[in-house]
Amino acid sequence: MVIELDKVAYSYGGGELFSDLSLTMAPGSFHFLTGPSGAGKTTLLKLCYGELTATAGQARIFGQDSRTLSRDQVAMVRRRIGVVHQDCQFLDHLSVAENVALPLAVSGRASEAGQNLSDLLAWVGLTGQAAQRPPELSGGERQRAALARAVIMSPDVIIADEPTGNIDWEMSQRLLRLLVELNKMGKTVFVATHDLNLIRAAKSQVSARILRLKDRRLQVAGVDL
Amino acid sequence: MSLQLRHSLSLMTGDKQADRSVPPTGFTAWLTLFTAAAMAFLAVFALALSTATDRLADRWAAELARTSTLRISAPEDQMAAQTAAAIRLLETTPGVAEARPLTDEEQRTLLEPWFGPDLPVETLPIPRLIEIIEEGEGYDPTGLRARLQAEVPGAVLDDHTRWREPLVEAANRLRLLGWVSIALIAASTGAMITLAAQAALSANAQVIRVMRLVGATDEYIASAFVRRFTIRAFNGAFVGVVLGGIGILFLPDTEVAGGFLTGLGFQGGEWIWLLLVPPLAAMVAFLATWAAALRNLREQS
Ligand SMILES: Nc1ncnc2c1ncn2[C@@H]1O[C@H](COP(=O)(O)OP(=O)(O)OP(=O)(O)O)[C@@H](O)[C@H]1O
Ligand SMILES: [Mg+2]
Repeated sequence: MVIELDKVAYSYGGGELFSDLSLTMAPGSFHFLTGPSGAGKTTLLKLCYGELTATAGQARIFGQDSRTLSRDQVAMVRRRIGVVHQDCQFLDHLSVAENVALPLAVSGRASEAGQNLSDLLAWVGLTGQAAQRPPELSGGERQRAALARAVIMSPDVIIADEPTGNIDWEMSQRLLRLLVELNKMGKTVFVATHDLNLIRAAKSQVSARILRLKDRRLQVAGVDL
Repeated sequence: MSLQLRHSLSLMTGDKQADRSVPPTGFTAWLTLFTAAAMAFLAVFALALSTATDRLADRWAAELARTSTLRISAPEDQMAAQTAAAIRLLETTPGVAEARPLTDEEQRTLLEPWFGPDLPVETLPIPRLIEIIEEGEGYDPTGLRARLQAEVPGAVLDDHTRWREPLVEAANRLRLLGWVSIALIAASTGAMITLAAQAALSANAQVIRVMRLVGATDEYIASAFVRRFTIRAFNGAFVGVVLGGIGILFLPDTEVAGGFLTGLGFQGGEWIWLLLVPPLAAMVAFLATWAAALRNLREQS
């Protein structure tokens, strides 16, 4: 299994956001996560890529208990999991192109950027903005840049937190097609979204499991939503 | 081992990208440059003090060790005989190159500052002085004294040990103080650079967070800071050394002013010491920043 949550619970210090939550993600699977705002979707994703560790239960990432990962191992895990953060997280003093290539740079593979980087920027429609700084981009452009950065390392797993939050329908469709394409290449994809239309559109392209986080529980949602 | 070396080298020569990832912070950059320059400037003077004292101690020790004086006090009628006996004895003593009684003229010159120029040396019952110049390892003062006592009862040997020892002792102490100053300068440089590095790390907490999110290791992030501080410390120290060196170079000339203070400076090969200051400053900065960065990164999640 790529990611396994075994009866995990999480609390930021107050009450538990969720508890006794189990989830297994096989290699090459596609999962959607929905649920009301504040239910803990972002928190759940953070458990999956090791930014947070569960307050109870066990989270295994690539088979290893996330609590036992050393700081260097966490860094290595993050190179294998591309993440689109809900709040993007860029380095504002670098250009868009440099931000997209940052995962390559920090893993000592800066020289590999080249053609791959320009293709990727072209695909997310940011060729013209490559030299700009992230604060100069629109919300949708920032999210496209974040997606490009998440996939540049060609990671095994892609986790996207509201990747279509600020994008128009057409761009959302393109983004979805990219995620589906990546999934067809064997990558595991996990997308948290409010956008039910996106999930409906995905159903015709890929067989995805749809999870719903509500009232501290994770349910497998019906096909008809 | 070679891997370790290559690793350290790569830390120094570096990854430009890592440097770009961390935005430059003007304040800590200037603080580091200034500290390194000021400390290097001080180090130049501490070094000058140490080398000058070194030289002075050697010179005192050498000059005083090469000569000694034999003083003969005897009733006037025995003076000539005792002087001749002493000279004979000295000439057969191993380690003595030359033994020569001072002439009346020379004795008068010695006494002139105290008694004025018209002193009738011949008529006064003043002791006769014999100047001994040593060779090789010098003579054995205890043996010589024993023989003198037997043959020239009125002779007193002054081998200058009395003068030499406190002078050499003082010079050694001064030299030690010079080296302690250099150690203190290095330690305060380290402390200042640690503070500057900590300020830079805190100012860049968000940058560090993003870098970690995309898979940067602590070592990668730390190296960006380490390289920057090392280079700044080197450059700052270089400027400080140049300024300090110019200061030393333009001290009033020894020939003209004379004395210890103006002997402060470097001669010939001693200038090489200055070349060591910037690399030393860089090394201090490297270690201080490395330690500060790893500590800081482990504390931030
Ligand atoms: N760092 C934090 N410290 C304390 N509480 C937090 C922290 N982050 C999130 N929370 C709280 O935890 C709850 C769940 O947050 P989370 O971001 O996981 O929700 P979400 O389901 O992603 O919401 P949204 O759909 O709005 O993005 C919220 O009530 C939030 O206020
Ligand atoms: Mg969220």
